[in-house]
Amino acid sequence: MSAEVIKTDAVIIGAGPVGLFAVFELGLVDVKAHVIDILDRPGGQCAELYPEKPIYDVPALPVVTGQELTDKLMEQIKPFGAEFHFSERVETLERTDEGFHLVTDADTAFECKVVVIAAGGGSFTPKRPPLPGIEAYEGTSVYYSVRKMDVFKDKDVLIVGGGDSALDWTLNLQPVAKSLTLLHRRSEFRAAPASVQKMLDLVENGDAAFKLGQVTELHGDDGQLTGVTVKGPDGATFEQSADVMLPFFGLTMKLGPVADWGLNLEENLIPVDTEKFETSETGIFAIGDINTYPGKLKLILSGFHEAALMAQQVHKIVYPDKKLIFQYTTSSSNLQKKLGVK
Amino acid sequence: MARITYIQPDGTENVVDADPGMTVMEAAVKNSVRGIAAECGGACACATCHVYVEDAWREPTGQPEQMEEDMLDFAFDIRPESRLSCQIKVTEELDGLRVRIPEKQF
Repeated sequence: MSAEVIKTDAVIIGAGPVGLFAVFELGLVDVKAHVIDILDRPGGQCAELYPEKPIYDVPALPVVTGQELTDKLMEQIKPFGAEFHFSERVETLERTDEGFHLVTDADTAFECKVVVIAAGGGSFTPKRPPLPGIEAYEGTSVYYSVRKMDVFKDKDVLIVGGGDSALDWTLNLQPVAKSLTLLHRRSEFRAAPASVQKMLDLVENGDAAFKLGQVTELHGDDGQLTGVTVKGPDGATFEQSADVMLPFFGLTMKLGPVADWGLNLEENLIPVDTEKFETSETGIFAIGDINTYPGKLKLILSGFHEAALMAQQVHKIVYPDKKLIFQYTTSSSNLQKKLGVK
Repeated sequence: MARITYIQPDGTENVVDADPGMTVMEAAVKNSVRGIAAECGGACACATCHVYVEDAWREPTGQPEQMEEDMLDFAFDIRPESRLSCQIKVTEELDGLRVRIPEKQF
């Protein structure tokens, strides 16, 4: 149930490098922020897609990994005490007399004066296997995540995939399911070896089944799955019965609910001006990979620049009566106090 | 220079001249070849640049390394000739390479 509404100056959507740096730039101009991200940790694409890959074009850092950059940004923004809401996605955004009202898929509600969309390529969502008609089963017998274990009670459960999610849910759902079959294209797994061993033990004891192959067809009626056709490693097909299927094929980026907020969009990007990085809606800003403007480059450093300019305009909205005097962190005792270094 | 042919699921062929050193994924993206999503930009982290290498070219393009084989678990309709195109480096020897693009990356 939703607790009371969280009141803040700014809500930043996306905890990638640009969303994180927005906390810094807003903090310098005394704007308090909450940050919301669908992933369970900060870093966005840097954390999800390339935590260990080197990045070579962040100024003054000849080489930095996605994870290092994230860690350094978290350290840099610490003085501003932004609050993070992970594993949540903003579903609705509405304008109010004072600003905006946002609600996430976990029913967390916010009231804020400005919204900063730093959602990169969109929110990470599970990949949907390109199987004809799969949409009809989603939510009734095809699931991409487990919210309630009860759904799988006394069901013939089919889990597809060979990563940690597939293995973890094999182990967790096996005790509640009527039967559990794990289907994977090969006998190697990119999952924690301990989980793989536990799964093999279950199979050994006859408490679960492991089969090699790939799903090629779904069978069922009215959203109720009855089974699937599987192509085995030898190319021959076989039928596998199942009441529910859980495919785990990693994540992809989708624009998601942002598309429903009444903003102008151009090919899934949000057009902004290059002075304030404001969208077609006053008080809603878009920075980083998700925005577009003439000459736009999808670079982390461009997003940092956009965050700094955005903060100037946000200050005007949050503090309409205060004049902002431009200052440097090197010489301003005022800014240094905010950073906690003086 | 190596000439690469990308064959779309409908049979359409896109022919691209690629410089050695780039990857088969980069050559496709740079020339707006449809069907190569390459969401992660070539970090071998998303499995959305999946291609099928035509039989004659399987030996010159080599076998997937461990990381690529693992990542192929996140692609669909995997066959023995499946590769992630971001992991195939273009060389002069690959002049004439033919790869097929799957129906859908996801």
